[in-house]
Amino acid sequence: MKYIPTTPEEEAKMLAEIGINSIEELFEDIPEEVRFRGRLNLPEAMSEAELIKHMRELASRNADLETYTCFMGGGVYDRLVPAALAKLVGRAEFVTTYTPYQAEVSQGVLQSIYEFQSLICLLTGLDVANASVYDGATACAEAALMACAHTRRNTILLAEGLHPEYRLVVETYLRPQGLTTITVPMRNGRLDMEALRDHLSKDAAGLIIQQPNFFGCLEEVDPVGQAVHEAGGLYIACVDPVSLAVLKSPGGYNADIAVGEGQPLGNAPGFGGPHVGFMATKKELIRRLPGRIVGATVDTEGRRGYVLTLQAREQHIRRERATSNICSNQALNALTAAIFLALVGRQGLKDIAVQSLQKAHYAYRRLCELPGFEPVFDAPFFQEFTLAVDQDVEKLNELLLKEKIIGGLPLSRFDSRYKNWALFCVTEARTREEIDRLVTVLGRLRRRELT
Amino acid sequence: MTQQGVPLLFEKGAPGRRGYILPDLDVPAEPIEDLVPAELLREEDPALPEMSELEVVRHYVNLSRRNHAVDVGFYPLGSCTMKYNPKVNELAAALPGFARIHPYQPESSVQGALELMWLLQQYLCEISGLPYASLQPAAGAHGELTGLMMIMAYHKARGEDKQRTEVLIPDSGHGTNPATAAMCGCRVVTVPSDERGGMDIEILRKSVSEKTAALMLTNPNTLGLFDENIKQIADIVHEAGGLLYYDGANANAILGISRAGDMGFDVVHYNLHKTFSTPHGGGGPGAGPVAVTEKLAPYLPVPVVVKKEDGQYALDYDRPHSIGSVKAFYGNFGVLVKAYTYIRALGPNGLRRVSEIAVLNANYLMHKLKPYYDLPYNRTCKHEFVLSGNRQKQHGVRTLDIAKRLLDHGIHAPTVYFPLIVDEAIMIEPTETESLETLDAFVEAMISIAHEAENDPEVVKGAPHTTVVGRLDETRAARQPDLAWRPPASD
Repeated sequence: MKYIPTTPEEEAKMLAEIGINSIEELFEDIPEEVRFRGRLNLPEAMSEAELIKHMRELASRNADLETYTCFMGGGVYDRLVPAALAKLVGRAEFVTTYTPYQAEVSQGVLQSIYEFQSLICLLTGLDVANASVYDGATACAEAALMACAHTRRNTILLAEGLHPEYRLVVETYLRPQGLTTITVPMRNGRLDMEALRDHLSKDAAGLIIQQPNFFGCLEEVDPVGQAVHEAGGLYIACVDPVSLAVLKSPGGYNADIAVGEGQPLGNAPGFGGPHVGFMATKKELIRRLPGRIVGATVDTEGRRGYVLTLQAREQHIRRERATSNICSNQALNALTAAIFLALVGRQGLKDIAVQSLQKAHYAYRRLCELPGFEPVFDAPFFQEFTLAVDQDVEKLNELLLKEKIIGGLPLSRFDSRYKNWALFCVTEARTREEIDRLVTVLGRLRRRELT
Repeated sequence: MTQQGVPLLFEKGAPGRRGYILPDLDVPAEPIEDLVPAELLREEDPALPEMSELEVVRHYVNLSRRNHAVDVGFYPLGSCTMKYNPKVNELAAALPGFARIHPYQPESSVQGALELMWLLQQYLCEISGLPYASLQPAAGAHGELTGLMMIMAYHKARGEDKQRTEVLIPDSGHGTNPATAAMCGCRVVTVPSDERGGMDIEILRKSVSEKTAALMLTNPNTLGLFDENIKQIADIVHEAGGLLYYDGANANAILGISRAGDMGFDVVHYNLHKTFSTPHGGGGPGAGPVAVTEKLAPYLPVPVVVKKEDGQYALDYDRPHSIGSVKAFYGNFGVLVKAYTYIRALGPNGLRRVSEIAVLNANYLMHKLKPYYDLPYNRTCKHEFVLSGNRQKQHGVRTLDIAKRLLDHGIHAPTVYFPLIVDEAIMIEPTETESLETLDAFVEAMISIAHEAENDPEVVKGAPHTTVVGRLDETRAARQPDLAWRPPASD
């Protein structure tokens, strides 16, 4: 049997050792009324060769970004990835190991997590980071719970510019504990300061803002943070790690907690996962952080080594008094992010951020020249921008697909108020030729639409 | 393993060294200050490493060699199901048609991915005996959270959410169970185990009330024992108006043999990274899909993958009673691909065989080891069993020492000190993918450690002796936290 080495002779030998006659006897303690006597209604086993063919066939019915040119972002980005990355992440010693409970035989994973935490601290400008959570959205939710616990207040303010799915996840996480969220509207693509002041109260545990925000715009992070702090709330910034090579760090604008999605750091778009959420905070809040944290220490002979630490926050020790129920996280995706950062390095990450910024602005200028494409906001932006299109964006995208282009994200899927808005994303992975082609094709499609 | 310590990334490289170089910028460049207001720009570059590609490669290859892993050696970590992770799973998940698709692409352009998800939902429903499923939760604990949120939404819809705030959890339960209950605003009521290791029915009867929201249970439980009273337990909880949550961490014992739905559970999560062979990746990514009864289906997180009448697959967000979303997008899709591949590789007979051999292997080990170690619950086990190190403790050797000594044999330690109800617990789960030679080698190692504990306890207490580091000072790590490398202070 596939993946099972036991031969019939060995099976017989083992049964004899145990002193029974059949495997069935090992299941006699399961009462008949809950025994499943049928045969699972699943497709029959496939040989590896058949299976590979089947999987290739399923995969072939998806438009992949190797064949299609992607101008879609909205939380998942098509970026260039160094060839060495997959080889290193794919090392079986990383892939097939568990949470490093036995530190002496897990130093590789432990050190890699310590380095990941360090890299996140460097990018965010904060003191401590955890080993990862599921994704950017759940990182926001965990940060919201931290803020409520720390301030003993019951409401979290969410900037409208925070990814709509992230907002939904925060709301979902908070509701069972009787905690609430309020979305603070934007004005011209950035958080409306007046509305923020209206909502800041003794009940507001903090604000989550996204920088750059979901619509691509850059928020006025300093005054927003001041207002939140004046009201006694925690300031939580959800950031794109790549942008931090050029944009001010959350520590730089005095955020208390930085969270974000690590997908842009070398993790494949993968239809939305697995990706990796990161969380960093100030020293004072260490013990409120959820999840695994690795610390450096020494062994009996004084050699440097790494262990899981501050575990009194965690579910396996603290049970119902833990900071979170998280156990498994996204270790391999965090490793991917760390290796990516090591490979591209200090200058490389800056180049990636700057090229994305430049290319996005080039695309923005070109697209805005097209009739029927108007900017929705005039706020500064990083690598994404929102355009109002004078036709149905989803239909337009179906036409673009035929040209092997994945168009801008139709924002009406999140809110009917965003009707006919398209969120375009241009990373360093797009070439001028691809951008020019998008502009040409869109121009042609529109002319055809009009005639 | 590499014996020499590996310096940190930050202690390697040299200023100006590059590991990856982008193509030249091919659009006209504008001054950055013209694009981004100065007050939003970073003043100083983050002090990221500056290394050549080879330096980075050596760094991570050397780190990898300082790890135990399933592909390196035996890993009998109880409750974690460290089975072999078939390589064809990895091949499938890496196909560009799965790895390189954007979650917001038009549905017409991801029909293969949606079909895979829809089929996996069906398969998990069949395996669990429950009719509806969501693949969104990213891990087991995340599945628990999703399931309990749905249970609370169900009580809320019946106007009972304010009243039903107690979650019953056996004293043998995983730590994630009570932590999940707390995240759902519930109070934990611990139900003790009886002398056979099952749930104490009489105490359960007294514990349920109109306050009961749910019972969270894994069966077989963390002692590796199947609770024979499961039907009765389910009836008691249901009669009190509570629902039953099945923690599927131990599902590897009963695939095709007994189904959570048939036992009376209302929600189940599966750990795809345990039972369905997707790798653990050093602690993730996992996937913790949930399957539910009809009455909980309205509360499933959005979106749900549906098959339309025209045979096309779609994402359904229009579910007004849904609890919301527990993560962005649709789940850890890459992990789902691997689990799907595994189920298709094994088919119904193969999956059943998985559990049969997993249980055979565990019973074989239990039988061979019980002369040498205390076995608090001496009855047929399922996929795992729990020994106690009490006998060795008399010689001053603790379970932790036994665990560390196993490392010297090239074997990963079992789960230790869990479940909490067994003194000096040693929880062993061999899985079905290990050969008889490996099992026998483990038995020999365990016996030799038992002898050492008696005759040469110091060698066990000083273990491990052959690993890249010795025992690490955990107290120091917690008291003087050093959690990140910092750049040397500039003058």
